[in-house]
Amino acid sequence: MTSPGRPPVEPPLALLAELTHRCPLRCPYCSNPLALERAGAELDTETWRRVLDEARAMGVLQVHFSGGEPLARRDLAALVGHATKAGLYSNLITSGIGLDAARMAALAEAGLEHVQLSLQDADPARGDRIAGLAGAQAQKRQAAGLVIEAGLPLTVNAVVHRQNLDRLGDMIELALALGADRLEVAHVQYYGWGLHNRAALLPSREQLDRATADVEAARARLKGVLTIDYVVPDYYARRPKACMGGWGRRFLNVTPSGTVLPCHAAETLPGLRFPNVVEASLAAIWLQDPAFERFRGTAWMPDLCRSCERREIDWGGCRCQAFALTGDAARADPACALSPDHALLAEARGEAANAGPDFVYRQYSGAARRTPEIIA
Amino acid sequence: MSSGKVAGGTVLRFAAHAKFRFDEVRQAWILLMPERLLLPDEQAVAVLQLVDGDRDADVIIDALCAAYQAPRDVVAGDVLAMLQDLLDKKVLRE
Repeated sequence: MTSPGRPPVEPPLALLAELTHRCPLRCPYCSNPLALERAGAELDTETWRRVLDEARAMGVLQVHFSGGEPLARRDLAALVGHATKAGLYSNLITSGIGLDAARMAALAEAGLEHVQLSLQDADPARGDRIAGLAGAQAQKRQAAGLVIEAGLPLTVNAVVHRQNLDRLGDMIELALALGADRLEVAHVQYYGWGLHNRAALLPSREQLDRATADVEAARARLKGVLTIDYVVPDYYARRPKACMGGWGRRFLNVTPSGTVLPCHAAETLPGLRFPNVVEASLAAIWLQDPAFERFRGTAWMPDLCRSCERREIDWGGCRCQAFALTGDAARADPACALSPDHALLAEARGEAANAGPDFVYRQYSGAARRTPEIIA
Repeated sequence: MSSGKVAGGTVLRFAAHAKFRFDEVRQAWILLMPERLLLPDEQAVAVLQLVDGDRDADVIIDALCAAYQAPRDVVAGDVLAMLQDLLDKKVLRE
């Protein structure tokens, strides 16, 4: 099975299990696709159990239960319990909305290892506005308290953009106050909803430089207390990120209706048909499916990437970003300064510098509504 | 409020969120943590297999010196540095 540019396929490390697209929040940068799947299309408990078993058998070590809001699934604790029994390390990626003492106890009892709680802002009113839900921030605080009481490690995931980046210092303090031992500072990724709202969300260079300095100072001050993960965002990068550690190399994603993807945004790419867990086993899909083969290794790369010494470091960057910005998924990621399309990022920054703060909330298809109210 | 300094008498255990497991699929030891995963090299595996919340660093160092017939100062330097690093990263705790 080996040929030049085509190393043997290793087993995946992690599974992102998107249990549902239902969510009480409406964040304008949601990583779910623009075409959200409805509850009626979701896989049933038995099928998810089989997916978890197949994932462990093929070498998956970690499962991230995500959504939408995974707490919207009443069988969440049962699925966590099944993952634990199968020997998977389980992580819950949640908004915290809908977590109460009884559900927290059931999840801990089921063997949940870690909770990742999203944070929209340090300021409650601004956070609620981004979340599109009044009182969201208060419920998140409560959820964090429940996680800590249950004795589970807590990571706060602060999604940052132009409208909250100036309060990163406050978000670090809030993460500490909530009892987190890890903080992920995640810049919005501009695909799907994020791309739709890019002009309202992309930060300026000055904001970014201040934020980077804030993170460095906090890291030094909080060594051994709070671990801070932080990556410079693509739109200010000189080299692309190794998206998903390479296409079909480390991760797989199962959508609410069972479509298997190499990354959560892959359905934005045209011309690829992604398989479903009801058609084939995860292992067969991982090893043989043409969509997983399409951008695996280095053989698919344009000369620019294939001749680059970093070809097996960044794996050509992100296919979804290449497509979103250039219309061709097989071009170099424009985040790379060597890409002929790199100027597109400067254009996007220029466009954002002149744009206001209005955005469109994530929602099921239908008429798009603008932001109702801007907090001064 | 920062983590302590690892010395010979320090007793460490795995943090609640860090799981050190043998993976049958890969036939390798794996250290699992939130959003992260390490495949420790042979030396690190030898150290981590001795971390149990009971043995102190000196006991671990002595055991490794005996197993690998290596000079104690070299082993001690490596082991203490590794344990300190994992304590700072909250993979291990006191």
